[in-house]
Amino acid sequence: MYSPAIIAEAVVNGLMTGAVYALIALGLTLVYGVLHIINFAHGALLTAAMFAVWLVYEALGLDPYLAILPLTPLFFGLGYAVQRFVIGPASHGNDSNILLVTLGLSIVIENALLAGFRSDTRTLNTDYGFQVVEFGPLLLSKPRLIGFGAAILVTVLLWLLLSRTDTGKAIRAVAKEKFGASLVGIDVAHVYAVTFGLGCACLAVAACLLMPTFYVNPRIGQAFVLVAFTIVVLGGMGSIPGALLGGLFIGFVESLCGLFLGDSLGQIGIFLIFILVLLVRPTGMFGAKA
Amino acid sequence: MLEVQNATKRFGGLVAVNQASLKVEAGSITGLIGPNGAGKTTLFTLISGFEKPSEGGVLFEGEDISSDEPHVRARRGIARTFQIVQPFAGLSVLENIAVGAHLRHAKRSDALARAERVGQRVGLGPELDKSASSLTVAGRKRLELARALATEPKLLLLDEVLAGLNPSEIRDIIPVILAIREEGVTILMIEHVMQAVMNLCEQVYVLAQGRIIAEGPPADVCDDPKVIEAYLGAGAAERLKREKVHA
Amino acid sequence: MTFRDIAPIVVLIALLALVPAFISANTVLNFLVFTLIIALAAQGWNILGGFGGQFSFGHAAFFGTGAYAAALLQVRLGINPWIAFAIGTVAGAAVGWVIGYLSFRSGLRGSYFALVTLAFAEVLRILANAATFTGGAAGVLIKLDVRPGNFQFESRGAFFWIALALVGAVLLLTGWIERSRFGAQLVAVRENEAAAKALGVDTLRVKLGAITISGAVTAAAGGLYAQYFLYVDANIAYGTWISVEAILAPIVGGLGTVFGPLVGAVALHGLGEITKLAAGSVPGIDLMVFGGLLIAAVAFAPAGILGLLRRSARSRGAARNA
Ligand SMILES: Nc1ncnc2c1ncn2[C@@H]1O[C@H](COP(=O)(O)OP(=O)(O)OP(=O)(O)O)[C@@H](O)[C@H]1O
Ligand SMILES: [Mg+2]
Repeated sequence: MYSPAIIAEAVVNGLMTGAVYALIALGLTLVYGVLHIINFAHGALLTAAMFAVWLVYEALGLDPYLAILPLTPLFFGLGYAVQRFVIGPASHGNDSNILLVTLGLSIVIENALLAGFRSDTRTLNTDYGFQVVEFGPLLLSKPRLIGFGAAILVTVLLWLLLSRTDTGKAIRAVAKEKFGASLVGIDVAHVYAVTFGLGCACLAVAACLLMPTFYVNPRIGQAFVLVAFTIVVLGGMGSIPGALLGGLFIGFVESLCGLFLGDSLGQIGIFLIFILVLLVRPTGMFGAKA
Repeated sequence: MLEVQNATKRFGGLVAVNQASLKVEAGSITGLIGPNGAGKTTLFTLISGFEKPSEGGVLFEGEDISSDEPHVRARRGIARTFQIVQPFAGLSVLENIAVGAHLRHAKRSDALARAERVGQRVGLGPELDKSASSLTVAGRKRLELARALATEPKLLLLDEVLAGLNPSEIRDIIPVILAIREEGVTILMIEHVMQAVMNLCEQVYVLAQGRIIAEGPPADVCDDPKVIEAYLGAGAAERLKREKVHA
Repeated sequence: MTFRDIAPIVVLIALLALVPAFISANTVLNFLVFTLIIALAAQGWNILGGFGGQFSFGHAAFFGTGAYAAALLQVRLGINPWIAFAIGTVAGAAVGWVIGYLSFRSGLRGSYFALVTLAFAEVLRILANAATFTGGAAGVLIKLDVRPGNFQFESRGAFFWIALALVGAVLLLTGWIERSRFGAQLVAVRENEAAAKALGVDTLRVKLGAITISGAVTAAAGGLYAQYFLYVDANIAYGTWISVEAILAPIVGGLGTVFGPLVGAVALHGLGEITKLAAGSVPGIDLMVFGGLLIAAVAFAPAGILGLLRRSARSRGAARNA
């Protein structure tokens, strides 16, 4: 058996990773809550964001945390354009079409990255990548701690944006009743695109937070997207607090499964939870549907 | 033939059907009327098995069918139409009807032949090869009727098949319904078009706010003050009577 | 099925069977066998997705089961490869039934069904990658022992014929489905489940039937793959690549049609090869084209290549009549 300190460290590490997972899931759940679509391209867009972080670091020497400033608006714009000019028009408003179009997008993005960057795995060599913070008996990775704080901060900001601003009101109106919203003069296609843009902006932030401790290759998004789906289903499709709780929970489960089952089997716990939740309660365990 | 016993259906706090009982005699055309939102369609979903009653039960030919799935009830001989039409939009009219015909005919050719006959009967003959999504409202109502009929039911549940039709379309379809009954199919129909109810039904049940408030031959039921009030609001029966006296 | 339904399928397969007589280049035959394997996997997907409207994103679960069963039964238990192949196909059907029973009984449909199938395939991939019985991450190698009784052949042409025969058999099966009560009910479920129920269709049974047949067909493709390449590992057998291939071909070729998956697989991989020739050895370039085609098909040609052909034939016919 493992000593309590090791288990405690695994739990805390899991929670820290979970917060970044939550951020990734946040984009997915937001898009689902408003557009009622499952965005299969979410993982590929995350990969693209991670490559963007790597690129600006290698080419311009821009620190990943500073890269948040240019990359977030960039990915917002990218997401806006993708929804407005590709997904929206191509899918003719039909759900299974949207599923297929986003699948097509993910194939295109992933393989464009493969063609551009080849399949090598790349990392950033920051001087703080391996720094640790002592926290009682625990040694915690500094960049992961930053990631944890920032992810929670972004979740709160997003929640404020949705509940306090006019844009947020329009988004929530469209989420509830798009026909009614269009009657009172809300441009539904615009709101859809803004929502998709916000989802991608979350990915950009998540990528910046991940890169100091993680690596990127063209297929990396696949691993994340399934985890993100699990979180979204677990937290209740469309629920922001659900995504946060779900993310922390999944980070926790993954870390413990990894500790007890080993790396190759570690992820299985997540998928079993995923299947079970889908089969038993597809509206999510944390209830609230936003 | 059909007996609903004290059926209650709750959706959360809302009681859509409340202790409703009714009987449909074999070979009859029975009407079910009531104001909007009275629970008529919900009662149909209980009879056809799409929803299970919160309390009470449904007997068909003397057997308790309350726990049967919808397709089992269809096999027993209960066919329903949908108030909001539900065509198989990507299929042709003939193929739509053939799905119903397949219930009693395993072979494709038999089912298609049967579907064609049924289609002709309800007046969809010229439309058989068209896509179901190209039909007009009246056409879609006929398609609902045709598909249900193609299952060769003993009991036909018609949910407002006349709604949205113009008077001449209604005149066209009434003889079709009468002919179906002549062949021995029992009919229970929800209808708002009172003239049709008067012409077609021997027996009428009135549902209001989930309760059966009156039953009897159509002419009697229409004079029932309870029924008038259910449709026109409290005090309406009094008012009408006074107006009649003054006139 | 009538003679008129069967004849085009038989003629097409007979014509294709002549190909090895004219082409003996290994690279071309390799390409053709691989394309036929993909077509077979896609034919399986099409039965459930095209006719039944249930979009699975995890057909790798069946492909992998067929592949691993074929490989492991002969390598570990010494069972004859032909029998192992047959058992693999049955195992695919069984996996299909189990996944179908669990998901359809819980009422999963649309995106939820897509997600749950994806998750099942991932679970199988992780298990196959970790278990020792399956050879773990190293995979399973089937020993080279070229004998027809051993499902291994001197010439690639023989493999081509076997793959073609399987594809032809599934064409006939799909043609039968299209003209049967089962098929009519399956399509009814796709178009409107509530209406199907009201007309006496046992929707759960019909969907289960479809996913079981679908699983068997795609598992057969997996078994063939294992037997052709004599190697299987978790990322090949249960990888998302095959789930995606199985979706792409029917949609590009013609969703819910008998010939759609075959047409789609040939068109996609033909185009993929051309792109690779044109663009040099840039990895992923063919898949980029596939993804683009998927989007284009959904946007502009919802009935796929066959739909486009039919439309242009009709307008040409109309022009002639005018
Ligand atoms: N699935 C459901 N969930 C919640 N409430 C429902 C559901 N189905 C019906 N209701 C409610 O039950 C009540 C009765 O509805 P129902 O459709 O049975 O009325 P109806 O008599 O058929 O009305 P109409 O004449 O307009 O067709 C309505 O208030 C309706 O909103
Ligand atoms: Mg109604």
